[in-house]
Amino acid sequence: MSRYFIPLAGFLLLLVLLAVGLNLNPREVPSPFIGKPAPSFTLPSLYGEASISPANLKGEVWLLNVWASWCATCQQEHVMLEYLIKRADIKAIGLNYKDQAGDAKRWLERLGNPFQSVVMDTDGKAGIEWGVYGTPETFIIDAQGVVRHKHIGALTEPVVQRELLPLIQQLRKEATP
Amino acid sequence: MIPELGHLALILALLMALVQAIFPLAGSWRGKEQWLALAKPAAQAQTLFILLAYACLTYAFITHDFSVKYVAGTSHSSLPLLYRISGVWGAHEGSLLLWVTLLAVWTLAVSGFNRGMPPLMLARVLGVMGCVSVGFLLFLLVTSNPFERLVPASLNGRSLNPLLQDPGLAFHPPMLYMGYVGFAVAFAFAIAAMLEGKLDAVWIRWVRPWTNVAWVFLTLGIALGSWWAYYELGWGGWWFWDPVENASLMPWLMGTALVHSLAVTEKRGAFKAWTVLLAISAFSLSLLGTFLVRSGVLTSVHAFANDPERGVFILAFLAAVVGVSLTLYAVKAHQMEGGQGFQALSRESGLLMNNVILTVMAASVLLGTLYPLVLDALAVGKISVGPPYFNAIIVPLGLLLAVLMLLGPLLRWRQDNLRQVGKSLLAALLWWRHKRSLSGWGMWLAHLGVVVLMVGITMTSLYSSGKDVRMAVRQHYLLDGYDFHFVGIKESVGENYLAYRGTFDIHQGDQLVSQLLPEKRNYGGQSMPMTEAGIDGGLFRDLFVALGEPLDGGTWSLRIYHKPFIRWIWLGTLLMALGGLLAALDGRYWRKVGGAE
Repeated sequence: MSRYFIPLAGFLLLLVLLAVGLNLNPREVPSPFIGKPAPSFTLPSLYGEASISPANLKGEVWLLNVWASWCATCQQEHVMLEYLIKRADIKAIGLNYKDQAGDAKRWLERLGNPFQSVVMDTDGKAGIEWGVYGTPETFIIDAQGVVRHKHIGALTEPVVQRELLPLIQQLRKEATP
Repeated sequence: MIPELGHLALILALLMALVQAIFPLAGSWRGKEQWLALAKPAAQAQTLFILLAYACLTYAFITHDFSVKYVAGTSHSSLPLLYRISGVWGAHEGSLLLWVTLLAVWTLAVSGFNRGMPPLMLARVLGVMGCVSVGFLLFLLVTSNPFERLVPASLNGRSLNPLLQDPGLAFHPPMLYMGYVGFAVAFAFAIAAMLEGKLDAVWIRWVRPWTNVAWVFLTLGIALGSWWAYYELGWGGWWFWDPVENASLMPWLMGTALVHSLAVTEKRGAFKAWTVLLAISAFSLSLLGTFLVRSGVLTSVHAFANDPERGVFILAFLAAVVGVSLTLYAVKAHQMEGGQGFQALSRESGLLMNNVILTVMAASVLLGTLYPLVLDALAVGKISVGPPYFNAIIVPLGLLLAVLMLLGPLLRWRQDNLRQVGKSLLAALLWWRHKRSLSGWGMWLAHLGVVVLMVGITMTSLYSSGKDVRMAVRQHYLLDGYDFHFVGIKESVGENYLAYRGTFDIHQGDQLVSQLLPEKRNYGGQSMPMTEAGIDGGLFRDLFVALGEPLDGGTWSLRIYHKPFIRWIWLGTLLMALGGLLAALDGRYWRKVGGAE
């Protein structure tokens, strides 16, 4: 009779495994860009002011937001992004990804422009350098110019309150010993 | 108002399912006949309410009711009618509703086609199906209510994932679910047999056709999914060993083993306990597949909105269903020993080998699918198991299975000798002179389908060529003797998308073979452009062009394929499904019971 218990025993083992697996997150794949110096770019800026590159921003914590006028999710996260930038009082660069200057300007006029500067990545090359999967994505770069965090997808209230704001604070503390 | 009606209908369906689960099973245990009689009306009422709920959700989709959260998340005002109807199962909540709807349809079918089934058996089968239904309805109502309102209502929806806006995929989930859910019927019969403590000819006669029909649906569902992946994803492949594909393949392999082991049980009364275990396994693996897809324990291209709370619920449900049935099996299976013996060279041993191979295949796929999870759980690291592992195991086993499949049907039951096998082999060459029952023809056709499938797989894997190229308009590219000419590209407007449409003329020698029109589509509201490959299909070869990205200087990156015999893969599965259907229609399962066995 005992051999009929084998399937049950096997199944119980499987259950334990699945229960453990439930508490893990397979999507937490560490990005190869985290902890590396921010890739540089020299891109034309949307409003024609002096072009900006990651090298000039060393010495302060800053934020890079990848967005496009054709991206509905960017529109959705816009309020949260504005809140984050205002609340943290952080220098924010917009990387306008595969977009047209006219469309981008109209979009910012309509929704408001929270960025210090917007650069145009028309052919998406800088996006490749930064390992962008899609829009929107938000990077946090520390005072040494190292990418410390990347958020894929729309910014939401919990993400901003629990992850990004504390992180920015902590990075600023690190910068001023 | 209508969504609330749907919600109410779901709650009533749950109550009916509880009646259907509790009374017949308790009645069969306590010997109360009136309680048994409740099974059928409860099942019918449950089906009615679920269909009502389903109709309510469909109505919300058709009328663009964006005050319903699920509709707002899955539909859009510009979505064509077909995709509003199929959009109902376009995400987690609705596809779960489809699951219970199909289960209700199967339950209704079982309660309708039951002439001559002993009332006790019918009551038990319906009772077990009621238990399954209770689990899924609770899951729906507690964690994934599709009728939840959105306050304030959304002005427009987030639209259906463009990948799912395709006729092939519109029908893939219902087919697949019909298969999964159909195995619930075989499972319910297996549990009923164990409660009864015996498994007899009447039982077999009911289980075999149901199992075959479920298997046919699952086969078609998987084939549709693979077909969709081939022409919609634009990768030119037809199977990716993705965890979700594996989740459908495992119950299919076990279901195939079950179909064969049922043959032995019917003809020779052997393999009874094993048949029961297979019926439990096929359904358990369907449930496990559901768990893997929806709990988020594995990453996959089929990104359902994952939620750990749902994962916990399904895991608990899986534990209850499979745990109880395997415990029952451990206690009761010994009562199902018996059957006549057989010798080493016999039809029985052939089918035993078939079962062993199919089970090993399913176990290997399970291992490969869960291996990343095992390593992650043991904190060894994150890895992914890819095609090299699966191909290394499945291909040789598949070949072995094919050889057995050709020889097996020639063997005689109980015992055979080599001389006799030789004679049968000769006789088989004159196959059309055989007199066959419908199920005999079904088997023959299904096996032919396997051969066609294998020819397709072999030829495609060996002789396909593909190239990623960069081409400007008016340039040519030569692949396997086919001259691909990039004629031009222009913008075009679809019902709910904008597209670039390329034109390619393909010449072989001086002759124009085909014109392909691949597209790169941009659906509003979604960030990713979609690739719609241009495919010229034929019995012996497919030509395939997919547009990649526009590059500078008016050039485009393109993917060009020549794939010989690839259609045989789906032609083969179609033949297999047709064979399974013929076998299920065999008169001996449907004749009135009461005559001689």
